[in-house]
Amino acid sequence: MVSAEQVWAAFSEIPDPEIPVVSLVDLGVIRSVDVRDGHVRVEFTPTFLGCPALEVMKRALEEKVAALGAEPEVQVISDDSWSTDKITPAGREKLRAAGFAPPAPRETSAPQLVQLQSNVFRCPYCGSTQTRLENIFGPTPCRSLRYCESCRQPFEQFKTI
Amino acid sequence: MNELLLGLADDELVIGWRDSEWTGIAPMLEEDVAFSSIAQNEIGHARAVYELLADDADALAFDRPLEEYRCAPLVELRLLDWAHTIARRWLYEEADRVRIAALKDDADPAVAGLAAKIDREEVYHRIHAEMWHERLRNEPRFRDAVADLWPYALGVLPPEQRAELALRVGLDEVEAIERGAHTDELAELWDEMTSVRRSAPSGAQW
Repeated sequence: MVSAEQVWAAFSEIPDPEIPVVSLVDLGVIRSVDVRDGHVRVEFTPTFLGCPALEVMKRALEEKVAALGAEPEVQVISDDSWSTDKITPAGREKLRAAGFAPPAPRETSAPQLVQLQSNVFRCPYCGSTQTRLENIFGPTPCRSLRYCESCRQPFEQFKTI
Repeated sequence: MNELLLGLADDELVIGWRDSEWTGIAPMLEEDVAFSSIAQNEIGHARAVYELLADDADALAFDRPLEEYRCAPLVELRLLDWAHTIARRWLYEEADRVRIAALKDDADPAVAGLAAKIDREEVYHRIHAEMWHERLRNEPRFRDAVADLWPYALGVLPPEQRAELALRVGLDEVEAIERGAHTDELAELWDEMTSVRRSAPSGAQW
């Protein structure tokens, strides 16, 4: 009989389709795993609602459960329970090592332009905070574009949501 | 069917479609990226709201005849001028924040939860719109564009939420261009938007 530990271990092998250096477990998008009599119910929260990888991730979760010989039921939860704060410390470090600056912590009030323009964001290449906002938007909804004035490297900054 | 939510979903779908028309041809590369990303978010919001309303979101989004769409005329307009495009983005985000704030207090937890999620993402749309508003607000072309679109922007909201919008944007309330009748431009967009679905009614496989 399959255990919840086995399911979590299997999920930690599923790479994010857009940033394969991190797994779905690293991203914190799996809210719960409930195993009962060979039936595995998974609650999954999208990062951004317009994420085109949503279906791919859902299918990958179902396939992993099926490969363990259990019956999958993956439920997508579209509420505010996921935030970039759910990315695990290991996930943040993997992002940084791959050149993606991890998100700043979520605060009680929503981010403002003046904060995005301030130099508290650290370059993932050289560690300098002398970085500037180039574009709030980037190649995917979850990322902004910044430029490091110290090592002159453009980089992608995870948005805080 | 909840008319308010259907209107919200249709607005998000259609504005997403209109914003995506700048992909590849925006006046700056940064705006190409911004409009594409915003469009992707808006269409994602539309999908999530359609999923609340129906088992098959695609069927609800694309299988209705034109006259059953509940979108506001503001989002339907095909705008080819940058001043009007930015004026619409700014007015739309200001209107949207008023109704999303109200939905966050909805009695249905599924609606309130989704509204909270949408609100988090739209923070970045608002920052983008406010940045442009700050840059252009004293330019005559932009002011004219805001004046042109203002009656349309009021029509995005139900009457009881309009005073708040007027206060936020600093304009006097005028007669709104209401939801219900569609602009001629929507017919052309509907034709394009539903063409894949109509060519493969059982669902296209990619």
